[in-house]
Amino acid sequence: MVEIDLNRVEEIIGRYEGEEGVLIQMLLDLQSEFNWIPREVIARISERLHIPKSQIYRIASFYKAMSLSPVGRHVIQVCLGTACQVRGAPRIMDRVKESLGIEEGETTQDMRFTLRRVNCLGCCAMGPVVVVDGDYHGKVTPSEVEDLLQSYK
Amino acid sequence: MSRVKSKEDLLALQSAILAKRNPDKPLITLCSGTACCATGSDAVANAIKAELEKQGLSDTVNFRRTGCHGFCERGPIVTIYPYDICYLNVSPEDVPEIISKSIKGHEIVERLLYTDPNTGERIVRESDIPFYKYQTRLVFGDNPVIEPTNIEDYIAIGGYQALAKVLEEMTPEEVLEEVKKSNLRGRGGGGFPAGRKWESTRNAPGEPKYVIVNCDEGDPGAYMDRSLMEGNPHRVLEGLIIGAYAIGSHQGFVYVRQEYPLAVKNLSIALDQAREYGFLGDDILGSGFKFDVCIHRGAGAFVSGESSALMNAIEGKVGEPRPKYIHTSESGIWEKPSNLNNVETWANVPLIIERGADWFNSIGTEHSKGTKIFSLVGAVNNTGLVEVPMGTTLRDIIYKIGGGIRSGKKFKAVQTGGPSGGVIPEQYLDAPVDFDELTRLGSMMGSGGMIVMAEDTCIVDIARYFVDFLCDESCGKCVPCREGLKRMRDILNDIVAGRGKEGDIELLEEIAHVMKSASLCALGTTAANPVLSTIRYFKAEYEAHIEEKRCPALVCKDLISYYIQPDKCIACMLCLKNCPSGAIQGEKRKIHVIDQRKCIKCGICFEVCPPKVRAVTKISGKPVPPPLPESERVIERRAKR
Repeated sequence: MVEIDLNRVEEIIGRYEGEEGVLIQMLLDLQSEFNWIPREVIARISERLHIPKSQIYRIASFYKAMSLSPVGRHVIQVCLGTACQVRGAPRIMDRVKESLGIEEGETTQDMRFTLRRVNCLGCCAMGPVVVVDGDYHGKVTPSEVEDLLQSYK
Repeated sequence: MSRVKSKEDLLALQSAILAKRNPDKPLITLCSGTACCATGSDAVANAIKAELEKQGLSDTVNFRRTGCHGFCERGPIVTIYPYDICYLNVSPEDVPEIISKSIKGHEIVERLLYTDPNTGERIVRESDIPFYKYQTRLVFGDNPVIEPTNIEDYIAIGGYQALAKVLEEMTPEEVLEEVKKSNLRGRGGGGFPAGRKWESTRNAPGEPKYVIVNCDEGDPGAYMDRSLMEGNPHRVLEGLIIGAYAIGSHQGFVYVRQEYPLAVKNLSIALDQAREYGFLGDDILGSGFKFDVCIHRGAGAFVSGESSALMNAIEGKVGEPRPKYIHTSESGIWEKPSNLNNVETWANVPLIIERGADWFNSIGTEHSKGTKIFSLVGAVNNTGLVEVPMGTTLRDIIYKIGGGIRSGKKFKAVQTGGPSGGVIPEQYLDAPVDFDELTRLGSMMGSGGMIVMAEDTCIVDIARYFVDFLCDESCGKCVPCREGLKRMRDILNDIVAGRGKEGDIELLEEIAHVMKSASLCALGTTAANPVLSTIRYFKAEYEAHIEEKRCPALVCKDLISYYIQPDKCIACMLCLKNCPSGAIQGEKRKIHVIDQRKCIKCGICFEVCPPKVRAVTKISGKPVPPPLPESERVIERRAKR
């Protein structure tokens, strides 16, 4: 597992100290720094800002953008927005699940892939869309899925 | 840059910017919204810059990366002014030719033009392409000429002059009256009159007052707010400042989805520039009026787009709705009067001030004025953002602008209003689209998502899809929404899996009724709409699933089988090689057969079977024919028949 740089954590918390209503913004920054929000980080926020841990967990578990478990090296987002849905996205999702042997929200045991479902990325012209690590793949067909996954080691 | 201190200053600045710009100097613009970036706009931009450099044109040609032009189906889009040439689907390899021919010479690269699919005629000007020709782009139309990160582009086209007019010539009451008179209705969903909302916030006791831009845009399939925010943030901001002046607010918030990083970036730049130029901060345009804005990023929760939930989120709390006994206009953020409107609503405000409420009232239908931006997506030829006057018919939007249904398929329904909306079938294609008509048809305007469905979309599956989506997004605070959605999902999952029973439809309707009357917020009260509207118009399709265990659209996995028609199979081995579960038996010159027990119904065989052959079919509601005897599977026999 990746070591968490606690200095970075302190620095991000420091950006917001003394302001009102900042918890969500702070957690988002931490999420984008580490790709997930580890326990130690929650403990640090609680200590420094005097916010109960339970309250931080409540927020971190409510929002989709925050993850309480570590993510794989590659994050796959399969769009299941309505436009992608009517263009056959469920069959793409099925292929990805079948091929990796994991469900939505899970990470493969070798920590290679994390699979997420998203509800519209707003590039409906390209549907069905699969995004891997920020690369957009448009008009994906079920038979292309295997090669697409293989291209991310 | 010193701050602009008056309307006179602003007009002088505009003249100075225009004087610096030579209208005859060629200008290349490149669409760089999120969708075009996904299809390679960055690479095209680099190629354009490199090629201009290489051909020694960097000083004689301007290049601008703009926001979304709307025609996402054919992006990235390049336009060249003043010649008014529009190139579609441009790739980096096309760039040297474009610059040599269309900038250096006066030739046109024919193959990159729009070709009319019916006449084969090639169209040069963007405005002549049918997708654009039938639109009225009042709010969205400036996107193609503005670089969103450059405030001077916005000032050059008259930006912030409505604000200057308001601050110098109008009292807050007059602004309020004008907006009320314009009958502007909220573009985010409910269609509540914006002027009345402003007025109640203004009159509510308590200070400070807050104004908020809702750019949460959670409806799947809708992205007009993002494109406005990315492509023309100053217009939204100008509307917000005008609103703040009318309401008496000095602090604004913009709530943007975390999934929209480009919108956050462009808006941040716009805020900095607006402060620098004196459109935000203390003493705006020398008027003494004080106002500033901060950005709040959402963290991925559909329900947080609801106004009271959004305000909770801005306070740093979990974004769940509050009970609505007290309106947010009286008690919103930190229990202070707060006025929330969505991006498109705010973007309409400068236009109303500039051209007047009477002009605005001249567009649209009796109770819905102005234009509306729709995101036309799904099984339609021209996916993109479409702005039309209220009252335009669905048929005009889908066929004239959208170019009809993809792959020559048949139209089945159009879904509007996102997960709170409903489906509208073919017989209502001529209905004029406005707030009230859509509600009358059992759907709603919502934020303007318009998802076109063809004959190969299963209506029951779509209802199940929305219920499943909402199950995930329901915050769980109130029982009718939390439990109602789960039970509806169970029933719909059973129906699409072939376990539907008599009485299911009635039960769905009963649950829907309870949710409608007893849920806490609009998510719950409207959550049953996709189910009710599909039952209303497509009951027979539900019955086919329940009674005959048949999916007429051939979509529901548990109700279909894949079958290779022996008389069509040419034994090419394509499906066999691609089948991930090894369910297809056969060899060269031996007709292939699917082992139904092994088949996982992924549909790959159906997809890879060559279009000329089309041997693989889907069967529903009847048994799969038994495989041919071994002796008849050898392919030479077929030639004799």
